Amino acid sequence: MNPITNTDYVTILPELVLAAFGLIVMLVEPFVTKGGSRKPLGYLACLGALASLAATWYQAGSPYTQGFFKMVLVDHFSVFFHVVIALVLFVALLGSLDYVERQHIRAGEFYALMLFGAVGMDLMSSATELVLIFIALEISSISTYILAGMRRRVAISAEASLKYFLLGSFATGFFLYGVSLMFGATGTTSILAIGPQLHAGGFNPLVFAAVALMFVGLGFKIASAPFHVWTPDVYEGAPAPVVAFMSTAPKAAAFAVLLRVLFAAWTPGWFWPVWISAALSMTLGNIGALRQTNIKRMLAYSSIAHAGYLLVAFAASKAADTAGISAAIFYTAAYAAMNVGAFLVISHLAGEGERFVAIDDYAGLSRRQPAVAASLALLLLSLIGIPATGGFFAKFYVFSAALQANLVGLTILGLINSGIAAYYYLRVIVVMYMREHPAEHEHGHGAERITIPEGVALTLSVLATLYLGIMPNRVLQLAIEAAKDLLR
Amino acid sequence: MMNTVPISWYLVLSAVLFACGVTGFIIKRNIITIFMSIELMLNAVNLSFVAFAYQWKQLNGEVFVFFVMVVAAAEAAVGLAIIISVFRTRETLSVDKVDLLKL
Amino acid sequence: MTTNLHLWLIPLLPLAGAALNGLLGRGLSKRAVAIIGVGFPGAAFAWALVVASRFVALPFERIPYTEYILPWIAAGSFQANIAFYLDQLSLVMLLVVTGVGLLIHVYSVGYMEHEGGYYRFFAYLNLFMFFMLMLILADNYLLMFVGWEGVGLASYLLIGFFFLKQSAANAGKKAFIVNRVGDFGFLLGMFLLIRHFDSLNFADVFKAVSHYPVETAGAGLLTAISLLLMVGATGKSAQLPLYVWLPDAMEGPTPVSALIHAATMVTAGIYMIARSNPLFSRSPIALTVVAVIGCLTAIFAATIGMTQTDIKRVLAYSTISQLGYMFMACGVAAYSAGIFHLMTHAFFKALLFLCAGSVIHALSGEQDMRRMGGLRKQIPWTFWTMTAGTFAIAGFPPLAGFFSKDEILWKAWSTTALRSVAGPALNYTLWTLALLTAGLTSFYMFRLWFLTFFGEFRGGSADAHGHGDAHASHSPHESPGIMLGPLVLLAILSVFGGWAGVPHALGGSNRFDQFLAPVIQSSSEAMSAGQRAGEPQPEAAEEHAERNAELALTAASVGVAAIGFGFAWLFYFKRRDLPARVTAVLGGIYDTVRDKYYVDELYHALFVRPIVGISNFFWRDIDVGVIDATVNGAAHASQDVSDSLRRMQSGNIRSYAGWIATGAALVIVYMIWLGAR
Repeated sequence: MNPITNTDYVTILPELVLAAFGLIVMLVEPFVTKGGSRKPLGYLACLGALASLAATWYQAGSPYTQGFFKMVLVDHFSVFFHVVIALVLFVALLGSLDYVERQHIRAGEFYALMLFGAVGMDLMSSATELVLIFIALEISSISTYILAGMRRRVAISAEASLKYFLLGSFATGFFLYGVSLMFGATGTTSILAIGPQLHAGGFNPLVFAAVALMFVGLGFKIASAPFHVWTPDVYEGAPAPVVAFMSTAPKAAAFAVLLRVLFAAWTPGWFWPVWISAALSMTLGNIGALRQTNIKRMLAYSSIAHAGYLLVAFAASKAADTAGISAAIFYTAAYAAMNVGAFLVISHLAGEGERFVAIDDYAGLSRRQPAVAASLALLLLSLIGIPATGGFFAKFYVFSAALQANLVGLTILGLINSGIAAYYYLRVIVVMYMREHPAEHEHGHGAERITIPEGVALTLSVLATLYLGIMPNRVLQLAIEAAKDLLR
Repeated sequence: MMNTVPISWYLVLSAVLFACGVTGFIIKRNIITIFMSIELMLNAVNLSFVAFAYQWKQLNGEVFVFFVMVVAAAEAAVGLAIIISVFRTRETLSVDKVDLLKL
Repeated sequence: MTTNLHLWLIPLLPLAGAALNGLLGRGLSKRAVAIIGVGFPGAAFAWALVVASRFVALPFERIPYTEYILPWIAAGSFQANIAFYLDQLSLVMLLVVTGVGLLIHVYSVGYMEHEGGYYRFFAYLNLFMFFMLMLILADNYLLMFVGWEGVGLASYLLIGFFFLKQSAANAGKKAFIVNRVGDFGFLLGMFLLIRHFDSLNFADVFKAVSHYPVETAGAGLLTAISLLLMVGATGKSAQLPLYVWLPDAMEGPTPVSALIHAATMVTAGIYMIARSNPLFSRSPIALTVVAVIGCLTAIFAATIGMTQTDIKRVLAYSTISQLGYMFMACGVAAYSAGIFHLMTHAFFKALLFLCAGSVIHALSGEQDMRRMGGLRKQIPWTFWTMTAGTFAIAGFPPLAGFFSKDEILWKAWSTTALRSVAGPALNYTLWTLALLTAGLTSFYMFRLWFLTFFGEFRGGSADAHGHGDAHASHSPHESPGIMLGPLVLLAILSVFGGWAGVPHALGGSNRFDQFLAPVIQSSSEAMSAGQRAGEPQPEAAEEHAERNAELALTAASVGVAAIGFGFAWLFYFKRRDLPARVTAVLGGIYDTVRDKYYVDELYHALFVRPIVGISNFFWRDIDVGVIDATVNGAAHASQDVSDSLRRMQSGNIRSYAGWIATGAALVIVYMIWLGAR
């Protein structure tokens, strides 16, 4: 057997960097004096995110490299997702610097877990071996289970953590069973080997059961209906910057895995389950969001709906055609940009103990913090899908691909849904701009100005959303490259 | 050829165990028991891995089982910590009483 | 020689103005804000004039002129760029939008003087101009859609400009959401275009379409695309049944109503249909639908307009009705007539709104016409300009509205574009309803005119006893010069603007039609190809008969306008007590002095009562009862569903696991069934 070489290590360089920074953060924490500011730890973690970005950049120089006995593959696809995850991580870390202080969260664990979680997510997008994917999935999941419960003394945070943990493990069991059946049907767990195998020997009925089980497990991770039930509760209970992170990065990674499983291996039979799940997610997500009064919960339902739009792109994908797949990849990037920003605004405004998370608390925000209100308004408009924002092009590509793939019903359903969605996003904008700030919590609430790291994080996500909306071509080309590598 | 238990029996057993795990998760009220149901599901999968490894004459399957066991152990450690933290805030181990977040 | 028109300047200038005022305006004086807010659109208008003068000098083969700015998106073979497209059609729109827009900006300087958020108002107004100009100059549907959504957004910001006013916030929201329905159609239409033509560029699509035959036999691809685009236009241009947002949008400041909800944004739908004429002309079914919707909207909104008492709401329903005319014009494939009416309507409706604003300004915010009256002496400038606008919209020759409306009526009567769908009966029906609408238009406009400017002043009951000098500050006062200037210019345009398109029958040469002919040409070719199959070309004798027919129809429309005027005069000037009596009669209370008004009672029974009844029926039962209720009902229903769905979210982990397991079981059973097959 070949020894492990340097090239092998290069294929997991971003993961190694993140893990190293995570360990350093944990080791350094005791040396930060008690009571002193923990922000240096956070900056260290941010540095780690940037370093992983640099490592990804380095990888991008030699795309399509395999390592570790063909378990890891660096291609345009993995590089794309690595960049998305690293940027989301960076922005979420910046946004949580002040939050962590304000909520008295154990900083060392918090930052380290964010970094470790990102290791798992990175690995999910570059692994081509089902068991490695399973391990990466668990690294990412276990980190986020703990992160969700980071406000330990708060009952709802602990509850969110428990729900996420129990249901997440439950879903993982399904995924693992699927892996096992796939192994049984093909004798291999390498995605790159499964594809040819499936096409050579016809389909073993076990393959269908395996795809079904894996779809259930991944459907949970991407929060698509009917496996979405955990999402509103967990997003409401978990700390806001964690939600910013876990509603985007692990989702992107899970979508990457789903893309690999469905398209790189070209597994059969998934069309109708994906179709139905897409339709259900869009409808349940949007209708569920209509009556929410808690903004975190509302955005949780919205994220379910967005998972639905993304699945439309999956359903629109046909063999040897990159339109649907590249639309899905583009959508993950656009969704990450706008959603991470929206949750950061929530985290900024939540105040100590996350008291201000009702939509009514946003009344008169345009007066108190015009820049924050304008940023949130722009991000919400992007979530609606208004042109000149990333959300528009993301939806545009998805539904254009869907109609080209003859999915007329799904396209119409999706467009109706994005019409419904306008209603509840708009409600927040109306409250921010057109309602007077209630007098009772005049002091304390919102008096806090946005800090520099928070401002930088928010600016980054707004700029990314605008960039994807005004000059989407570059990212779209990268998504198309990624899709080509995926189908290679 | 010696009389061996056919492979399908193992698979059926594994499926039954998995179903038991799922059922246990849904019907049991104690958080610890629910957690054990998850372990049951994972072990059912392990059984099928071993059976398939035997069928394909590949060691991979057995190796996977070790990975799964390691992951399950890590999950157990985290899970118990979370359960303790819930118990501290709520003073109950009944899953039906952990429902602050809803609607 | 290559002429560079630098079209990019035109949208960019207002954007720069918006950015300057939006970012720095808070610290600037009102004067500086006004100079920036008016200066940049003014520069855009000036440049548009330069462009126009250079455009007419362009050699024929360089039209349509396209200006490539930036690469935008490319996916596979599909490509869309940020590029501008100028032909006769966009030039007309360009001049109308920048010109009328500039006048309204100038007017706003005076009108908004006493409002808070002055800089914000101008920033939004300039932003609106930017998007509107993008919409007009776009060289593909996608860029057009960016402008399309952008104007909606700017309109939303401007309607909600009076922040903290709940009704304004709701109106803004309603406008936004109703327009989502329209977008739905627009987007689907675009997707179909991409799918079949792999392009959204006007030039490419129309070139590809030119090989398609007219879909006389039945609905085909082009019919589908056209109908979907029409849904988009229906939302933006406030046609049945999506018009509901426009009357509510009157919550915004009056210059906004003039600019966005009368002159420019609401005409975007008409522009889009005229732009897409090669598509529409190949689908008689789509044309028929457009014509019928337009015609029904025209008469529907006109009847509602008759009973409104809020001066701005009368004008709002009037706008919907006039937009219906334009829609109908497009529907009978008389695109240039539609655009002609769009232009004259921009003049006189902007004028009417601004005059209404001046009246409201004079009365310190009063909008109810029942509390106006006798204002012609206090505010003479407003009175005279409004008179010009009223006569123009009512269709009295030789004012602007006469020519454009007449053109539409004639085309509705004479078109053969819809023959494969319906016989001449459709023409006559469309014409009759349109003629009736013209009469109603004349009636409600003169009702407004008489109620506002004639008779006794009915407002200001608070200072009824101390009438006069003691309460000078409360008595109506004329608006400042900066508001009157635009009024006068618009009045001049309303009077003479129609002379651009004097029809042949009246001895003109219809220059407007000829100017736009190259844009419409491709479609008229398609049309004549369709005609050639069935119908003979008109002979010289027939042409003469046609001319006489046109003259007769013209006489009819003028007559109807005069009748409308007569009734308004009778009811609201001569016999002012009549309307009140009508109401009383309808309430079932008869006055004692009956024989004196015997004739009047006859009127009530035979004429007034049914009309008022119909109007009320349309307004209260259809408008409020059906359409509003449908919109609200849909919202309520989905909220109810939302509530019941929330029960799925019980908060119980075990029930969540149950959902997941059920879903998993369904997927697994399906997949195993699939595998076992």
